[in-house]
Amino acid sequence: MLRFVVRRLLLLVPVLIGLSVLLFAWVRALPGDPARSLLGERATDAGVERINEVYGFDRPLVEQYVSYVGALLRGDFGTSIQTGRPVTESFIDYFPATIELAVTALLFAVVIGVPLGYLAARHQGRWLDTTVVTGSLLGVVTPVFFLAILLKLVFANWLGWLPTGLRQDPRIDATHVTNFYVLDGFLTQEWDAAFNAMAHLVLPAIALGTIPLAIIVRITRAAVADVLNEDYVRTAHAKGLAAATISRRHVLRNALLPVVTTIGLQAGLLLSGAVLTETVFSFNGIGSYLFTAITRRDYPVLQGFILFIALLYCLINLLVDVVYGLIDPRVRAA
Amino acid sequence: MAVPTTTSPTPEPVPGGGAGPATPGAPLLEVRDLRVRFTGRDRAVTAVDEVSFTVSPGQNVGLVGESGSGKSVTSMAVMGLLPRRGVEVSGQILFDGEDLLLADRKRLDRLRGREVAMVFQDPMTSLNPVVPVGTQIGEVLQRHFGMRRKERRERAAELLAKVGIPDPRRRLDDHPHQLSGGMRQRVLIAIALACEPRLLIADEPTTALDVTIQAQVLDVLAELVDEAGAALLLITHDLGVVAGVCDEVNVMYAGRIVEQAPRRPLFRSPAHPYTGGLLASIPRLDTPRGRPLTPIPGSPTQTVPWTDACAFSPRCAHADDTCRTTSPRLEHADGRGLRCFHPLTTPAALTKEL
Amino acid sequence: MSIPIPPAGPSTTPGASVALDDKDLEGGLSLWQGAFRRLRRSPTAWCGAVIVALFVVVAAAAPLLTSYQPGSTQWAGDVTTTEIPGPSADHWLGLDRYGSDLWTQLVYGARQSLLYGVISTVLGLAVGATLGALAGGFGAVGGRFGTVVDATIMRLVDIMLAVPSLLLAVSIAAMLGQSGTAVVIAIGAAQVPVFARLLRGSMLAQGKADYVLAANALGLRRSRIVMSHMLPNSMGPTIVQATLNLATAIIEVAALSYLGLGAPDPAIAEWGRMLVAAQDRFDDAARLAILPGVAIAITALGFTLFGEALRESLDPRTRR
Repeated sequence: MLRFVVRRLLLLVPVLIGLSVLLFAWVRALPGDPARSLLGERATDAGVERINEVYGFDRPLVEQYVSYVGALLRGDFGTSIQTGRPVTESFIDYFPATIELAVTALLFAVVIGVPLGYLAARHQGRWLDTTVVTGSLLGVVTPVFFLAILLKLVFANWLGWLPTGLRQDPRIDATHVTNFYVLDGFLTQEWDAAFNAMAHLVLPAIALGTIPLAIIVRITRAAVADVLNEDYVRTAHAKGLAAATISRRHVLRNALLPVVTTIGLQAGLLLSGAVLTETVFSFNGIGSYLFTAITRRDYPVLQGFILFIALLYCLINLLVDVVYGLIDPRVRAA
Repeated sequence: MAVPTTTSPTPEPVPGGGAGPATPGAPLLEVRDLRVRFTGRDRAVTAVDEVSFTVSPGQNVGLVGESGSGKSVTSMAVMGLLPRRGVEVSGQILFDGEDLLLADRKRLDRLRGREVAMVFQDPMTSLNPVVPVGTQIGEVLQRHFGMRRKERRERAAELLAKVGIPDPRRRLDDHPHQLSGGMRQRVLIAIALACEPRLLIADEPTTALDVTIQAQVLDVLAELVDEAGAALLLITHDLGVVAGVCDEVNVMYAGRIVEQAPRRPLFRSPAHPYTGGLLASIPRLDTPRGRPLTPIPGSPTQTVPWTDACAFSPRCAHADDTCRTTSPRLEHADGRGLRCFHPLTTPAALTKEL
Repeated sequence: MSIPIPPAGPSTTPGASVALDDKDLEGGLSLWQGAFRRLRRSPTAWCGAVIVALFVVVAAAAPLLTSYQPGSTQWAGDVTTTEIPGPSADHWLGLDRYGSDLWTQLVYGARQSLLYGVISTVLGLAVGATLGALAGGFGAVGGRFGTVVDATIMRLVDIMLAVPSLLLAVSIAAMLGQSGTAVVIAIGAAQVPVFARLLRGSMLAQGKADYVLAANALGLRRSRIVMSHMLPNSMGPTIVQATLNLATAIIEVAALSYLGLGAPDPAIAEWGRMLVAAQDRFDDAARLAILPGVAIAITALGFTLFGEALRESLDPRTRR
């Protein structure tokens, strides 16, 4: 297993090197003089000179690349043109919000999606199955941002059950330790703060989790249906095993293999979706941060952000492979 | 052809059985008038009809036929493994006097694996790929005997040793993909025999294996069944396998039994033209070189419904208008059953006519 | 020791009592012919096709469906900060917040979505399939050169796959600046790795198929086997994916506009931008947000249904 992980980590190296080259080239491929395009309309000669100095755009490319990679290795993902803040610092501020949101959304998707897919497969062709399949189809085709807007419209604006946005009511004087607001509320035993943060999570998490939910339902349904037809399930029945044992050990365990892979693939979707969802709900996470960077054409931020996301995405996929290997012994051997 | 194993056809007392011993002479399994219909959205297919046969305690009975003859469906019906939806089963399947078709799921689960066990055709797909084989053997023991973990491992290792797997203790933690096809089939046999069932159903247990291993696995199976005093219902398309193992043989064609007889009389003088054809198509060591095999003409898909003809008539050299317009019935005489208007007299006559 | 299967003689008795599935008798039809037949019988396919056809007709006939120009703000005077005129005889769906006719905007928005969605998917398919075919073809032919080509292409694809597709599109659109071309290129490029990987995968799978081994054994040239056997037989999943991707592409076009990376010209009606504009007028005119959103979802549904039906009809496993 360890060898498997190490090999997968080594495979990541060329991908990351390639990506860093591409991102390096990307900023330099912006039309016109890089310093000028970075500054945009507000470019002055003094500003251009300062940028050239900070970013070293006037030095040879190879040298620039080496110092860029050197900075990356030191954890320096660049500095915002707009605010002058290091990108890494902003990440530390904003990332907990996104993690909080993404994890809640994924939990929502998995906790509801897997049992629903399982039930649908067991009742193939009946009304429950038809409803679930139709619902999941609608879930897949509804754009995240539209669903977010719709949820906000109905449950916040019209019904007033849930807050329209933000992570927490600013009137609550909450202490923030980790920047995971719900966790902070529990840590400091400020229960009202914790519940308030949770209430703010509901709509964004449902909006963000719906597409993964729909996909997980479909994959689970297909996988369970496949496994139910497998010979080893028949063997299990012929052994006289209890229905619960068959479901758990023989059906679910095998059906979860494709589901785990799918959950891993959702990571990318969640990160993309978070950008849109956070924008709709003014949820101050990495998504809103990216949105601001896009609208202000803050390229160093975008550059650092994409590299960071890619790194994260690769690590998540590695984690998925490890989990897969834990479930399926055949993968470990391969 | 393997030497026939000596199994006395007389019923033996059942060792290790959970339920009370059956009345002496009473059959262990009695299938009466079994009929299985698959009902689709717009049409129904009768896969098995008018099937009746018995298996006495300790007896080895063969169910022989080509693919599509309904022999596997019959075995699945006995095990209660047919899907509930889209399948109509009628008749009686009496196990030790109890009708399995009337038993509920709970009762079936107590019998399956404990009193009746099954070995399936394809060892490559019949074991769960993500669970160690030791656990797959152990779970039957846990289910039916309530054995504890240590006991289970102990017993599983013994069973593996019994079916001829070397270094059984180490193999317990192996996953199916680490074993060869022959080994996996041995594991399946070990699972089936783990609770010392009184009836073992083996559905083409050697078909998916290498020819060189087929005989070995079959020998292990026959030996262990014999040793445990269990009865065996062997489902196969291979008369050679039957000749080596079975006391009684039922030949099926297109969902019905066409001939049933004890092994020796059947092989000596097959009465149904289909049985005759099967026997004539077996290559024998004593046939002179160069003589072609004699296949049965036509293919099993060329059938007419049993309802108003003999289903075998399109392929039968003896068929006349009676065969094509009247459905033959299974007639019993001299301990043999036969469904034919024009039985063969001797095998020699058959060879000439074909 | 088994019973030899006799050769099938001429069938004299049609209509079998036990012979099982007569749907297997579709032999003689090619893969695509069979798929088309099953597709015609599939209600899912019909639903999808009807939605897609409707969408295409609306997009193509936009000028005939409305008497107004898109992006025209001639009724801006009727819009106040508290009220946007609702449906009336002149404006079936009312006005939007800039004083344009909502129906006109929606109809022309279909045109925009179709145009951007189709062009970007075709672009992604062309580039991705070429890369995939090269990698798969060279990978299957093997040899040192083949392996290197395959590995190089696939590493490139891996790098692109390391960035989630919408973010890839975002970064490309951000680099190219605000324009329709940028949107199309960004979304097309984000699809490239998916197509490349899919086609390569199915080609390599075909490479192991018995008929390829047979063709090899017959001494056919490898390049010929790849071009005339493996490639056509591998296209199925890629074409299915392209249909499904049309749905995603249409959603992503809207998403890019939503993030402010769409075409800047306000005279061009675009569903995503209509959503953004509607956001702060929820309380008095929710239809401004709901209608474009529903339009996007229904269009995506049409392509998805059709793609799923196509997949099922091409996959022998799911035949019923």
